Amino acid sequence: MAVLVIAEHDNAALNDATRAVVTAAKGLGGDVHVLVAGSGAQAVADAAAKLDGVAKVLHAEADGFAKPTAEALEALVTPLMEEYDAVLAAATTTGKNFMPRVAAKLDVMQISDITAVEAPDTFVRPVYAGNAMMTVKSSDAKKVITVRPTTFEKVGDGGSAEMDDIGAASGPFKSEFVSEELSKSDRPELTSAKIVISGGRGMQSGENFHLLDTIADKLGAAVGASRAAVDAGFVPNDYQVGQTGKVVAPELYIAVGISGAIQHLAGMKDSKVIVAINKDEEAPIFQVADYGLVADLFSALPELAETL
Amino acid sequence: MKILVPVKRVVDYNVKVRVKPDQTGVDLANVKMSMNPFCEIAVEEAIRLKEKGVATEIIAVSVGPAQAQETIRTALAMGADRGILVQTDDTVEPLAVAKVLKAIVGEENPDIVLLGKQAIDDDSNQTGQMLAALLDWPQGTFASEVAIADGKANVTREVDGGLQTVALQLPAVITTDLRLNEPRYASLPNIMKAKRKPIDTKAPADYGVDTAPRLEVLKVTEPPKREAGIKVESVAELVAKLKDEAGVI
Ligand SMILES: Cc1cc2nc3c(=O)[nH]c(=O)nc-3n(C[C@H](O)[C@H](O)[C@H](O)COP(=O)(O)OP(=O)(O)OC[C@H]3O[C@@H](n4cnc5c(N)ncnc54)[C@H](O)[C@@H]3O)c2cc1C
Repeated sequence: MAVLVIAEHDNAALNDATRAVVTAAKGLGGDVHVLVAGSGAQAVADAAAKLDGVAKVLHAEADGFAKPTAEALEALVTPLMEEYDAVLAAATTTGKNFMPRVAAKLDVMQISDITAVEAPDTFVRPVYAGNAMMTVKSSDAKKVITVRPTTFEKVGDGGSAEMDDIGAASGPFKSEFVSEELSKSDRPELTSAKIVISGGRGMQSGENFHLLDTIADKLGAAVGASRAAVDAGFVPNDYQVGQTGKVVAPELYIAVGISGAIQHLAGMKDSKVIVAINKDEEAPIFQVADYGLVADLFSALPELAETL
Repeated sequence: MKILVPVKRVVDYNVKVRVKPDQTGVDLANVKMSMNPFCEIAVEEAIRLKEKGVATEIIAVSVGPAQAQETIRTALAMGADRGILVQTDDTVEPLAVAKVLKAIVGEENPDIVLLGKQAIDDDSNQTGQMLAALLDWPQGTFASEVAIADGKANVTREVDGGLQTVALQLPAVITTDLRLNEPRYASLPNIMKAKRKPIDTKAPADYGVDTAPRLEVLKVTEPPKREAGIKVESVAELVAKLKDEAGVI
């Protein structure tokens, strides 16, 4: 039995989420191999080869893998599955995009967003915005799995996997990458930050987010947001935490001017310590907060920035 | 141009579901059911494409129990032209739904299948991608903007790092994200009119699809409960607690 992990990366660096996926993959038993599909991604392949517990790295280079489409990844991964019993990728927007295609091609029901491996065929996954945890046993011969990275330990370095350069599937494909608009930030990435401070509709404007920025800079924190704040155009979509945004589980999550809808809680309630700052003492966010401060954020935030 | 819009009947997004004490599932008795919010966005987008003169016919499809007919009626009241209900009381997993949809695509030949990126009950986020793979079609998932021109769809996608635009040759599958549009409410006259729009009722077997689940649900449990903590009186107290008690800053 061997399992394949699809590395998540930007051609320059390996995304930390892959380290969590390797941990999940180890839970299935057998050799763990990692596929790096990229363009100029040698550094990523080298990093993957150092991951603890990885036996082999498959490295596929092609121009088309600079920004691979779901079609291209499906065409690469599906034939590889003759050699593997399971394939795992992070439940990121990349993994969510192409993995179900691989599953359909293999006639397998994908197991999405797992939070635990109970047995090589049995997994736990959240449903209903995390209000229920479902344990499922797969009867499919091959397993196609996306992994919620925040719930698995990240493997460290220490391995020295063998490296295998493999050919890339060639098109033509019916979809192509056109452009992207990525948010630039010097702050830590939302899903891997140790501290996250998020603003909601209560922030009132995008401008007011600088109140959060100041604190984030002092704490080395990432800045997130509720859907309402994103919908209102205060901040870009990649800030959204929740059922349909990003799932975070930092050491400290500070929710400011966020009411605590179930869809928002779904993305942050596994944080170790939760702080809520809200002027409404009845706000549901206080039901999950370790420390609640009933206050107007426009006076509390400057004071907090001052005190830190 | 024909657009097929699959829609799902789910627990209303305002309902906080409860796990059954015997751990066999969640309690759905007397719970408000609605169209999955992402499906509403898909219906709305299809209607806007029709209003722009891009689309000519919108077919709403649902795979589910008899009551899923109400979900189709909602789509018809919003502006879809006709419906297909693939009726079954069994749990149908995304893979089987995708197979049913593939068969319907074979009969209807739509240029676009427009559907929600995920259903808020099982949170799987798979059906559109699976359908695209089964059809060997390109896909644009998590769409926040869709532009159709010259046999192509330009789809702007919400991705973890920001936004990405892909170009798809039609026919294609597009799945909707939250910010694609704000769905309209059906007006009373349109709700009345929708009652006369046709809905075809079929069964999965009519399409030769075996819906036997591949995943056996062993149990459904409550997530670990979080207890409410304490209220602090001041910013100074908060910072002190975070430093000394929680040790997180
Ligand atoms: C299908 C679907 C998916 C969704 N997915 C997500 C998701 O992924 N993430 C998400 O976050 N939401 C999601 N939502 C939306 C969710 O239901 C809520 O609408 C949203 O989280 C509310 O955001 P909010 O708390 O910022 O706004 P509100 O609920 O309006 O809360 C604003 C809060 O700010 C407080 N406030 C206002 N002014 C001040 C002040 N001066 N000082 C202090 N406090 C103040 C108020 O007391 C209030 O509690 C989803 C909804 C649907 C239907």
